Amino acid sequence: MPAEAALLAVESITKHFSGVTALSDVSLDIHPGEILGLLGENGAGKSTLLKILSGVMPPSSGRIIFDGADYAPSSPQDAKRLGIVTIYQELSLIPTLTVAENIFIGRAPVGSLGLVNWRRMEASSRDIIARVGLSIDPMTPVSALSVAEQQLVEIARALSLQSRLIIMDEPTSALTETEVQRLLSIMDRLRQDKVAIMFVTHRLEEASAICDRMTVLRDGRLAGHLDRDKGRPIQLPRIIEKMVGRAASELYARPAQRAVAGDIVLSVRGLRTVRDPEAPHAIVLDGVDIDVKAGEILGVAGLVGSGRTELARAIFGADRIAAGTITLGGKQIAPASPADAIALGIGLVPEDRKHQAIFAALGILPNFSVASLGHFSNGFGFMAERRERDALSGFRKMLSIRMASAEQAIEGLSGGNQQKVILARWLARDPKVLIVDEPTRGVDVGAKAEVHQILVQLAARGIAVMMISSELPEVLAVSDRIVTMRRGRITGEMPGVEANEEKLMELMALDSQDALGRDAEGQAR
Amino acid sequence: MSIAEEQDQRGGVTIARLLMSFGPLLFLAALVIVFTVLKPSFIDPINLFNITRQISITGLIALGMTFVILTAGIDLSVGSLLAFCGMVAAVVAKGGAANTLSLSTSGTQGYGWFAALLAAVIVGAAAGGVQGLAITRLKVPPFVVTLGGLTVFRGLTLTISNGGPISGFDASMRWFGTGLIGPVPVPAIIFAIAAILCHIVLRYTRYGRAVYAVGGNAEAARLSGLRVDRILVSVYVIVGFFAGLAAFVLSARLNSSEAVAGIGYELTVISAVVIGGTSLFGGIGSVGGTVVGAALIGVLQNGLQFNNVSSYTQSIVIGLILILAVAFDRWLKSRVRR
Repeated sequence: MPAEAALLAVESITKHFSGVTALSDVSLDIHPGEILGLLGENGAGKSTLLKILSGVMPPSSGRIIFDGADYAPSSPQDAKRLGIVTIYQELSLIPTLTVAENIFIGRAPVGSLGLVNWRRMEASSRDIIARVGLSIDPMTPVSALSVAEQQLVEIARALSLQSRLIIMDEPTSALTETEVQRLLSIMDRLRQDKVAIMFVTHRLEEASAICDRMTVLRDGRLAGHLDRDKGRPIQLPRIIEKMVGRAASELYARPAQRAVAGDIVLSVRGLRTVRDPEAPHAIVLDGVDIDVKAGEILGVAGLVGSGRTELARAIFGADRIAAGTITLGGKQIAPASPADAIALGIGLVPEDRKHQAIFAALGILPNFSVASLGHFSNGFGFMAERRERDALSGFRKMLSIRMASAEQAIEGLSGGNQQKVILARWLARDPKVLIVDEPTRGVDVGAKAEVHQILVQLAARGIAVMMISSELPEVLAVSDRIVTMRRGRITGEMPGVEANEEKLMELMALDSQDALGRDAEGQAR
Repeated sequence: MSIAEEQDQRGGVTIARLLMSFGPLLFLAALVIVFTVLKPSFIDPINLFNITRQISITGLIALGMTFVILTAGIDLSVGSLLAFCGMVAAVVAKGGAANTLSLSTSGTQGYGWFAALLAAVIVGAAAGGVQGLAITRLKVPPFVVTLGGLTVFRGLTLTISNGGPISGFDASMRWFGTGLIGPVPVPAIIFAIAAILCHIVLRYTRYGRAVYAVGGNAEAARLSGLRVDRILVSVYVIVGFFAGLAAFVLSARLNSSEAVAGIGYELTVISAVVIGGTSLFGGIGSVGGTVVGAALIGVLQNGLQFNNVSSYTQSIVIGLILILAVAFDRWLKSRVRR
């Protein structure tokens, strides 16, 4: 890197938690005007490192130098004062206050009487948010902003605090493709302004597109640093290899093509929904036709806002249907609630695991059996715990769920293992149709392949699997047949073997040439 | 969170975890020891059984409240509902609302204790069901619905009784409040049986699993096929049932149903549940905890009284204990989570 001194230098940091080593001898550095990617699977030590840098806790040993001086923040506030701001996934804005109030929280400009000078606050806020390309009224309450806009407000606030280093923890996980592009271009602008950015992410494509360098952690140790190769983006296989310690080709390896000759199990015709005033952001389905056969995996590819999740929810009885028919095993059905759909033999692994699938504080056992309480209880309503435990341990083996005990709280498991418990929840019901929505979101790279294998196994057992995903490599890796969605409609269909990313992307984003062009750029290797 | 941190949770903080399960129990034991040291007669079986009698009324309601709070709900109406159910029981027992203090059974045209008990629990359960429906159908938060209920049921009580008490029940009914089986007061036995049943329901039945699931994550429960609204209504039916049962026992004990009975009980009841470790955010808690919480409050009240501490001061102490108990719980959890 340039001869310029590093803004932040982490020198062989180690962190123990009562005897257990979470971080071991990790070093990295970051220069002004540089975007450093921090990558690693869950459990690699990223969050521990983040906590140390943001002042949540001190390292057990090692040294951090920031701007030429020893850096040992006593609290997150202290870190901020020193010029390092961390922007977490869970945004820290106060939703009921305005953008301006949030930016100036705790330091509002006051007039001679000690009262807030609103005019000045509004004007300065306008300048501050313009720096991140926002043109909203600073007097808008934050709750009225999209997640992406809120994130930009946080970045704007960080800049107004004269931050020299901004740490972004998974900033793109809740953004649409267009919003991601906007965020990346703002990061690029900040880079030109000599701000240093540490970009923590699971999304390798984005990291590859924007990062100057990457530091990869694995099992609490430094797996390596990656540099751009003559200015070209760091390539995904290199990153993946560092992250998992084996070659990327094993990860998205397409399973051998299976002969699928099943009957149509689920058939949807002319499915329409209407706008629900309680969920104004949901996409309206506009005449969707879809068939899923026994033993096949139907991949449903669509960008955020294409209606893919709404399709799943409508079939599952979670959202109201305005028109159209759903046929299951030759019989027309009209599930009015998830309970109805489940009783008919449909299962859904929802996209937002934390809010829609797991019972965080409860043990693995109740999380597993919640959808089949009838099956695991006797005629008097008492749980047949022996049977329940036996079933769980069967699935534990079958899906290789790594857990300590059936009583362990599910939130202690990694994302991949949580997802396996949710899959087991549905398998216990032996469903005819299993809908999985973003099955590997928040799942480690290594565990992704395992989840894919499981889906293939399930299809092989004759279950009709419908897999919704925005990750094209994933769709391509496991689907026997692929349909694409855009704006509440099906825009195309093709056998999995004939599909490739370009074809799918075209069908998913046809009417927005702009997004397509930019995406093609992002995909360039 | 890293794997190392997960392991740390399992290995390093078992003591904190143990404390979390048994903290209230240890605190209860400590209180008993302190009060015994201060005044050895505190530990007399007579006094201890006295305490069980004292806690059984609010304890019964607290059992029902445990179900409600496990679903992240709250019921503020229980004190008023208790007065209302007590009045209903009295009217049924005496065959009218006339305030006649007659200790003999002859000459009255009442329907007997069983009808009175049945009326109290049915009215209680129905009132709870109506509130549950208001919560689920009208989508009004439980706090607001039951705050309204608190006023409504008190008003109904005063209307029936015209503001006064209805007194004088026959001996068979009074036995449920004042009787003894061996040395044990009947209300304490009722409370114990009810607690065991509630424990079994929550711990061993599919209904219990559903209650925890709804409280833990209502949306996930719905997407797992649980009929969330039905379960929510059911917990208010349960707490109403227990308010009715407690009303019957209280009326039997006092030989009178007072229009002003149960004022402030909701706070004692909620305190017992919360001190017992049930989370107001739902999904976490147990009947055992609630029993310990109720006992803790009972021992505290009795012990302070035993040492001639005024009831004013008692209020202050119990309030502070409530806050400390929750603060302690939080602190333990933060230690476990880190």
